[in-house]
Amino acid sequence: ANMILLTHNMMVSPMKEASKSVPLKIEAEEVQELEKEFNLDFLVNIIDRLDWAGFLEAAAILNQQGLPSSTEEIDKTNEESMRKLHHALMEVDVVTGALVCTETGRRFPIAGGIPNMLLNQDEL
Amino acid sequence: TNSRMREIQTTLSERALELLALPSENCMLLDIGCGSGLSGEVITEAGHCWIGCDISHDMLKVAKSMEVEGDVLLSDMGQGLPFRPASFDGAISISAIQWLCNADTAAANPYRRLLTFFTALHHALVRGGRAVLQWYPENPAQMELVTSCAMRCGFGGGLLVDYPHSTRAKKYFLVLFAG
Repeated sequence: ANMILLTHNMMVSPMKEASKSVPLKIEAEEVQELEKEFNLDFLVNIIDRLDWAGFLEAAAILNQQGLPSSTEEIDKTNEESMRKLHHALMEVDVVTGALVCTETGRRFPIAGGIPNMLLNQDEL
Repeated sequence: TNSRMREIQTTLSERALELLALPSENCMLLDIGCGSGLSGEVITEAGHCWIGCDISHDMLKVAKSMEVEGDVLLSDMGQGLPFRPASFDGAISISAIQWLCNADTAAANPYRRLLTFFTALHHALVRGGRAVLQWYPENPAQMELVTSCAMRCGFGGGLLVDYPHSTRAKKYFLVLFAG
């Protein structure tokens, strides 16, 4: 994988001025779809840890529609909807693009599937 | 030899995972200094998800070519960790944190970088989560510096030494508990 939405959801801007609670904004150039083993137990565990609003916003940028608008609406026994969630969270992969710190405007490029989060000397 | 190196790193990774004492499978883990993804593959094998960070772009490209399961980020742990609070059930690091003790530039202060790293690590772990960091301390002073920085950032735990009576085989693990 390169950068899936699960990874994006865990991340924040490393800029010292950033609040560390706001998601990075995805700029997607090259996106691919992966196949990852469906693991309901993992999914059920991780749902509570997600920033759900941030996930929906990022999913929309990557053209993933039809996701529950809140975690309360998730029916863990509905396999079809859980597989849809699995797909959006684990199988949509940003290969090239950028992650943008919305508070400072700083762009962190994604190239070859690797987000470059290194800060410059003058940003420390 | 290269394969012997890989064997050692794999064994160290397995030991670190064991010391994490995770409550179940399907955890979300952070691999600090993940390099070419060798330790990450051990995590995958153990049934967990992981995200890896490393400062070496070349090593990360190798990880990509090996098609490891985890996503990897180019980042400098001495600058912090770019994650929301309580993102990870646990963290491991194999042969990486000694780089925090190097002062490559006049501006780089090892003590400050260690504090930045351990503060960020503490925040990134769930309450009660562990970090197991294997490394090769250069000398007792460095061991003291790293350990005391970790404690200063709110971690419980301490230093574990495998094979303490063998100079050749001796292995050091910082076993830290968050909250």
